[in-house]
Amino acid sequence: MTSLPTPTANAKKLGLVVDLDLCVGCHACAVACKEWNSGGHMAPLTDLEPYGRDPDGVWFNRIHTFEADADDQHIGCGTSRTTHFPKSCLHCETPDCVTVCPTGASYKRAEDGIVLVNEDLCIGCKLCSWACPYGAREFDQDVGVMKKCTLCIDRIYNKNLEEVDRVPACVMVCPVSARHFGDLGDPDSNVSALVRERDGYDLMPEMGYKPVNKYLPPRPKKVMPVAIEGGRRELEVSNDNALLNWVDRLLSR
Amino acid sequence: MHPAFSIIFFTTAAGAGYGLLFLLGLLAPSGALPDSRPFAIAALVLGLGLVTAGLLASMAHLGRPERAWRALSQWRSSWLSREGVASVLTYMPALVLALSWGWLGSEGRVTLVAGVLTAVGAVATVICTGMIYASLKTIHQWHNAWVVPNYMAIGLMIGAVFLNALMHPWGGGSPEFDVAVALIIAATILLKEGYWTFIETRPAQSTPESATGLGRIGPTRFLESPHSEDNYLIKEMGFSLGRKHSTRLRTLSRVLGFGVPLVATALAALAPVIATPLTVLAALSIAIGMPIERWLFFAEAKHTVQLYYGAQRV
Ligand code: SF4
Ligand code: SF4
Ligand code: SF4
Repeated sequence: MTSLPTPTANAKKLGLVVDLDLCVGCHACAVACKEWNSGGHMAPLTDLEPYGRDPDGVWFNRIHTFEADADDQHIGCGTSRTTHFPKSCLHCETPDCVTVCPTGASYKRAEDGIVLVNEDLCIGCKLCSWACPYGAREFDQDVGVMKKCTLCIDRIYNKNLEEVDRVPACVMVCPVSARHFGDLGDPDSNVSALVRERDGYDLMPEMGYKPVNKYLPPRPKKVMPVAIEGGRRELEVSNDNALLNWVDRLLSR
Repeated sequence: MHPAFSIIFFTTAAGAGYGLLFLLGLLAPSGALPDSRPFAIAALVLGLGLVTAGLLASMAHLGRPERAWRALSQWRSSWLSREGVASVLTYMPALVLALSWGWLGSEGRVTLVAGVLTAVGAVATVICTGMIYASLKTIHQWHNAWVVPNYMAIGLMIGAVFLNALMHPWGGGSPEFDVAVALIIAATILLKEGYWTFIETRPAQSTPESATGLGRIGPTRFLESPHSEDNYLIKEMGFSLGRKHSTRLRTLSRVLGFGVPLVATALAALAPVIATPLTVLAALSIAIGMPIERWLFFAEAKHTVQLYYGAQRV
């Protein structure tokens, strides 16, 4: 059923909180995600021509890098922030990726809010991937169906795993603990506390999809760099060398 | 958005087919069309043929076409599903219309009821097609009030131009009908120009700053892609058309899709002796120009996911 479940008070909203202050852009979470899910609920994560000229493959988690200037006037003075930016499905509360699906393959679970694709129903029309603002859905060309992050549903409820291991693969592997997993519907959960303390925010709130996953902004810099006195020095060409003079004239024509 | 041939063909052909069926449904019972079985059969075959070819092409776009019937199930929430249901339902009165008017030549009550229901079904289906695009908040060039009226007007316009090109050879054309068709083309031009002005002048809401939330620090630039090669998202939604190409193609679509058909149809009204070749010219020109217009509709559409891959605006 592709209508969204009716929201209930105290409903579980399982999701991730990503700390952009900590992420070092090592891509370990993307690799761990690929590795676990290649044998998981949405398996296989098909790769086409993995060793060929034009490799292509299904990934549920990708790490982008952005640069933001603290002050546009001072580009180059060291106040720009390089930020690694991991992105996987945000398991939105009101996502159109679910409601546009004509077959009922795309659905949001009432019990924990996880957004999934039923691969047996999917006709591969790709409309849900058009409806996701965040680029969180990946078409598997080989199987002909849509795939996406499952929030590691086959880990977090997996009784065969030790209790400590019942977290998403990407969260477990992160070497700097930049990814946190928990119930964002519970105000007392570890993740809700993090969002409160660190001013966690939504991506593209203007879309109205109400993402469950939150991002924690980079912390303000403790030491602001100052511009070096005297400004830049121009490189000067000495006048007593005829050859250099000639080159200089040639170049400055 | 990647302009996939199957979807361009589907939306253009099916839209034209529904436009033609809409006109046949309303005009056949009124006796305004040539009283000739070959004409009726030609018009119906063209209308139903365009619709059917379009729907088959849209299935070719699917990853699992053998499951296409499942798309009829979620009409409560999905415009794509509603479109499927509407198109299947429209076949019923359209086939009755084909039998009673096309085969038996009747202008009686069965033709009237079937004709009106066909017209209603055609309008409903085209609205659903337009809404599939207009409902996507992710694409500024689609999520606006111009898209559905344009889909409806363009379908009607192509249908009217095709119908006119069929009527003249069968001696059923008239300067009045030519004028009506020319007015439909003129109205459609206004809607399409309105759409183009809108996408030129109104910026999308989302920016790299809102997509990453890094706007709280300052102006945000894309620095590094997640990987070196193109992925599904870039191939499907990262299509971007250069300014120069877009201008050229718009000119081509303005001339072939709108200008030539308008001038030829208006001339046909003034010079009834050469109306047949003129209206056929209008039909041929629109058949080339409209796929260009539809190609642009996709190629000029910028998905918000491009903001994560280097676009500074969508
Ligand atoms: S991130 Fe995209 S795929 Fe995931 S729930 Fe939101 S809209 Fe759907
Ligand atoms: S690709 Fe599959 S899951 Fe996505 S909208 Fe189409 S049928 Fe639904
Ligand atoms: S929750 Fe699981 S499926 Fe989703 S990005 Fe993390 S590892 Fe991948």
